Amino acid sequence: MKRLMSGNAALGEAAILSGCTAYFGYPITPQNELTEHMAKRMGESGGVFIQSESEIAAINMVLGASAAGVRAMTSSSGPGMSLKQEGISYLVADELPAVIVDMARGGPGMGNISPSQSDYFQATRGGGHGDYKTIVLAPATVQELTEIVPLAFELADTYRNPVLILGDGMLGQMMEPVDFDALKRPPDVRKDYILDGARGRPARSIYSLIFDAKLQEEHNWKLQRKFQLIEQNEVRYETYLTDDAEMVVVAYGMGARIAKGAIKRLRNEGQKVGLVRPITLWPFPMKLLQDLSATVNDFFVFEMSAGQMVEDVLLALEGKGNVHFYGRPGGVIPMPVELYRIVSRHYYQAQAARGGN
Amino acid sequence: MARDSAGGATATKTVYKRPSLLKPAHFHYCPGCGHGIINRLLMEVIEEMGLAESAICVAPAGCGMLLYNYFEIDVIESAHGRGSAVATGIKRVLPQNLVFSYQGDGDLAAIGTAEGFHAANRGENITVIFVNNGVYGMTGGQMAPTTLLDQVTTTSPAGRCSNLAGHPVRICEVFAVLDGTAYLERVAVNKPSGVTKTKKAIRKAFQRQLDGAGFSLVEILSPCPTAWKMGTMEACAWVDDVMKKVFPLGVIKDTGGDCAAPAAPGAGAAEAADSEEG
Repeated sequence: MKRLMSGNAALGEAAILSGCTAYFGYPITPQNELTEHMAKRMGESGGVFIQSESEIAAINMVLGASAAGVRAMTSSSGPGMSLKQEGISYLVADELPAVIVDMARGGPGMGNISPSQSDYFQATRGGGHGDYKTIVLAPATVQELTEIVPLAFELADTYRNPVLILGDGMLGQMMEPVDFDALKRPPDVRKDYILDGARGRPARSIYSLIFDAKLQEEHNWKLQRKFQLIEQNEVRYETYLTDDAEMVVVAYGMGARIAKGAIKRLRNEGQKVGLVRPITLWPFPMKLLQDLSATVNDFFVFEMSAGQMVEDVLLALEGKGNVHFYGRPGGVIPMPVELYRIVSRHYYQAQAARGGN
Repeated sequence: MARDSAGGATATKTVYKRPSLLKPAHFHYCPGCGHGIINRLLMEVIEEMGLAESAICVAPAGCGMLLYNYFEIDVIESAHGRGSAVATGIKRVLPQNLVFSYQGDGDLAAIGTAEGFHAANRGENITVIFVNNGVYGMTGGQMAPTTLLDQVTTTSPAGRCSNLAGHPVRICEVFAVLDGTAYLERVAVNKPSGVTKTKKAIRKAFQRQLDGAGFSLVEILSPCPTAWKMGTMEACAWVDDVMKKVFPLGVIKDTGGDCAAPAAPGAGAAEAADSEEG
C-alpha cells in the first residue's frame, strides 16, 4: 500500500521495520521530521527514544546502545554532523555497528537549511580523527530509502562499522508516495562482542585505546582489511542511458534526479548523454568509471557543492577521460534546464574537440 | 595472619583479600593515588551484592581509563566526558543491568558536564562514580574545574585565580537541584574511616539504581600526590585540611530508597522486553 510521506518520516518508519529499537536525536533542520517520527513510533513500538542534550550525547548514546547489542540510529545535519564525528571515530575504532543519517544543508558554519551536497568530503573521508571510512549510502527518492535503510542496518551489522545515509534537505522534507511492503527486516547476526553482563561467559571489554604503537598499527591494518573487503563487495550504483553515451554525467542523490531531468531533454535533442548515479559514495564505483572510460571520453560531474565528488571521479579515471564539472554551493538547487544548457554546451565543445561535426 | 596458640595448630584469619572480581594485575596508578582503592571498593561491592553478572562499567579517558585491565566485569571505554551518555545508551537498552560510569573531574565537571547534567536531569537510572582529585592527573597535573583557588598546577602556575579561571565546581551541589537525582554523596578515600564510608556510599548508590530510584552519584575526593607534588601522607592530610573545606563530605541528597513504582526512564522498556520474552 502506498502512503504519502516525507523522506524523513519514511526513513524513520523504515528503520523501525528494519529492527532499529534505539534512536537518539537532537533537533536540527532539515531532519526534524525524523526525530519527531521516532519520538512517536518508538513509544508505540516499545523501543528507546531520547531527545539528547546535544549531537555529541546522541552519538555516544548510540555507541552505548550498540555495545549493548541493539540496532541503534541517530540523525543530524551540517553543524550537528560535525559534532558527531568524535563518536563516529570511536564507533569505527570499537567496531560497533550504527546507522547515522545526515540530511545535509548548506554550509560552512551555520550556513542555511537549504539542500546541499557540500558534506561529501566529511561523509566519505571518515570525517573524524584517525584512518577510517564509513560506508556512505546516497538514496535519491523516498521509495529508495525503504531499500537503503534495511541495507544500512545489514551492512552495519555485517561489517561492524557505522553506515551513513547521506541525503539532503530536499529528500528529507519532500513528500512522495512510498510503499513499505517489500521491506525485509535484515536477519539478526550473532553478536559475540556485546556487553550485557558477564553471565555464563568471561567478562568482555570494548575499547579503542591501544598504547603500543605496533598493536595500534595492527588494529589499523585490521580495519583497513575490512575496508578493502567492503570496497570489493559493496559498491552500488545506477546507470541510465550509458550504453551509447558519448558523455556520462556523474551525480548522486537529489543531484542525480536533477541530472536525469536534464538528460531527458538532452536525449530529446539527440545528444548522447547518460548518467552514473553512485548509490554507495564510499565505496565509490571506481571500476565502473574505469570500464566506461574505455568507450566514453567525457565525464560531467554535477554536484550541489563547489566540487567534492569530482575528486573521486578524477581518481577513478586516472586521466583516461576529460572531466567536466558544474556545481552550485551554498544550498542553491539548480533547475534541470540550467544543467541541461551547461551539459549541452560541454557536449558540443567535446564533440568539436574530438573532430566531430 | 593470626596464630591460634590455644590449639597449637596454625590457623589463619583473613583480614583482607583481593576481591575475586579484581584481576591479579598491577595497577598503573602512582603511589598514594586513590584510584586503586576506589577500583577495589567497586569490585568488593559488586561481588558482595552478587552483581558480577549484571554490572557494566563505562570507563573514562584519564587516569581511570584502563579499568578493563582490572575489572572482571563488562567494561566499555567512553570518549572523554561522554561516560554518562554511553551509560544512558546501555541502561535504556538493558534496564535490568547495573550500569555505572567512572569519571574524573575533568571528565565530568568540564568536558562532559552537559552529558552528566542531562543524564542526571532525566533521572537516568545509572550511577556515576565521580573521582575528584582536583587536577587532570593523566595529562600531567593541569588545572581542573575542581582545582581549589590559589592551588598551583601546571596551567595555573601562580595558583588558580578566580578572576581568570573561575571557581571550583561542586558537582554534587549543582546536581542536587535537579529533580532527576535520587542519591548524591561526597566521600573521601584519604583514611581508613573514609574508605569504609566510601564503600557504604557506593553500595547505597547501586542499591538506589536497583530500586529504580533514578540518578545516583558518589563523588570521591581522592589524593593525587604526584600532581599535587606532595608526599603520600601529606596528600592524605591535605584532603582533610584543605580540600574538604571546599568540598564538604556527606549525603548531599537522598530521596530515599522506597520507590514503590520505579519511575526511572527505561522501566517501560524492561516491561516491553519481558512481555516479548513471555
